[in-house]
Amino acid sequence: MPEREELTTDQQIRRRTIKSFAWFGLASLVPVGFWKYVSSQPKEGSIPAPLRAILNSNEQVANMYFSNQHLAPTFALDEAAKNVRINGREGLRSPLDQATWQLQIQQPGRDNLTLSLDDVKTLPKFDLIFDFKCVEGWSQVQHWGGARLADLITHYKLGTRTGQPATGEADYFNYLGMETPDKGYYVGLDIASAMHPQALLAYEMNGEPLADLHGAPLRLIIPVKYGVKNLKRIGTMTFADERPRDFWAERGYDYHVGL
Amino acid sequence: MKRIIENKHPLAIRWFHWVNFPVLTVMIWSGLLIYWAYHPYKIQVGSFTLITFFPDWFFKGLHMKQRLAEGMSWHFALMWLFTINGILYVGYTLISGEWRYLFPKRGSFKEAWQVVLHDLGIRKGPLPVEKYNAAQRIAYSSIIVMGVGSLLTGLAIYKPTQFSWLTTLLGGYEIARLLHFALTIGYVLFFVVHIAQVVKAGWNNFRSMITGFDVVDEKV
Repeated sequence: MPEREELTTDQQIRRRTIKSFAWFGLASLVPVGFWKYVSSQPKEGSIPAPLRAILNSNEQVANMYFSNQHLAPTFALDEAAKNVRINGREGLRSPLDQATWQLQIQQPGRDNLTLSLDDVKTLPKFDLIFDFKCVEGWSQVQHWGGARLADLITHYKLGTRTGQPATGEADYFNYLGMETPDKGYYVGLDIASAMHPQALLAYEMNGEPLADLHGAPLRLIIPVKYGVKNLKRIGTMTFADERPRDFWAERGYDYHVGL
Repeated sequence: MKRIIENKHPLAIRWFHWVNFPVLTVMIWSGLLIYWAYHPYKIQVGSFTLITFFPDWFFKGLHMKQRLAEGMSWHFALMWLFTINGILYVGYTLISGEWRYLFPKRGSFKEAWQVVLHDLGIRKGPLPVEKYNAAQRIAYSSIIVMGVGSLLTGLAIYKPTQFSWLTTLLGGYEIARLLHFALTIGYVLFFVVHIAQVVKAGWNNFRSMITGFDVVDEKV
């Protein structure tokens, strides 16, 4: 185009500037559009479905690296907090009857199993002093004692689809759900996290039986998860292949919340 | 006579630069939503509190109460873009050779003082002509180190059990969270200085970050 060659430098600057800024303006619509699109999508567990999908993919990525060999750091006894923080009362609003409390275990296609606190206490006891982490961002070194959840599962041959002792990880149901006796609080755990060697069914804190607001008589302590999954006053445990309902996942949080 | 200098900022670098703008905006905003759920940081001199991060009016003004879940979901989505954009930028500067203009040279740390004095109007006389001066080299390299720092401290508090070695290496969970926060304050301070410098440098300089070309006035 001959005319084009005759453009003065000023004209060239002007044309190229306008063209670049037009592209820049168009490109800047992409993030704005992305934001508006995501925010306007139907909600899934109180957050827009695309964000929920990303959180679920993050879980897949995290599982590629997850290992039962990766342990939460542990601390010396004198580093444990004497005044252990209480952050949630969901599921504890009704009074507890220690005398009638039992642990109900449900598995698809099999009879329910009912255990007493003494049954749990016959399993080897472990003490764990670790940095408990709340999803809010605070953390506290705490001292808990109890039986390993993995020991309970293997000892009572729980959680396998066959009903026989597990020959490998694939034999287990995908999830373990836990609920308080009043169903006021409930969590779902992937089976790999439930089998983590630091996951405890705790009945002691700082060497004493649990206080009510710390989850008496039996609570979950699971260092591979944020505090929200550390359900207090366990009433029922249910194995399932579908995700059990989860109190905070229904309220916009990631289901996995793996640490 | 005006003359166009082509390719002052390669297209790739302009993309990496501008992608950061919306990504960091959302990361800092969602990070604030997360921080608000537990916001203990302050700077104290003796018993006198100099700065609180942050006063109530700050959070109230941004309507931030109890949106932790929203903050986490955006933060853990956009973290991928932040990471990918950062890796591409560093990879590009290394392969293209652009790093030669960006990395501090032997004399840069000494020269940077001259730049600061010059910009504050204390030192008279022109600075040596370079694509990026000593202070810019230090600033633009530091921001990359900070980006890597955000990524590592972020990972340390995101998966403190799986990456416990990293969390421990960074001084533990609470220190890593503090560092992650402090780095963000660093970005905001960088941004303020960056904007001031862009305003000071003028239209030609700003335009070159969008168009790629620069214009010089040459005396005939």
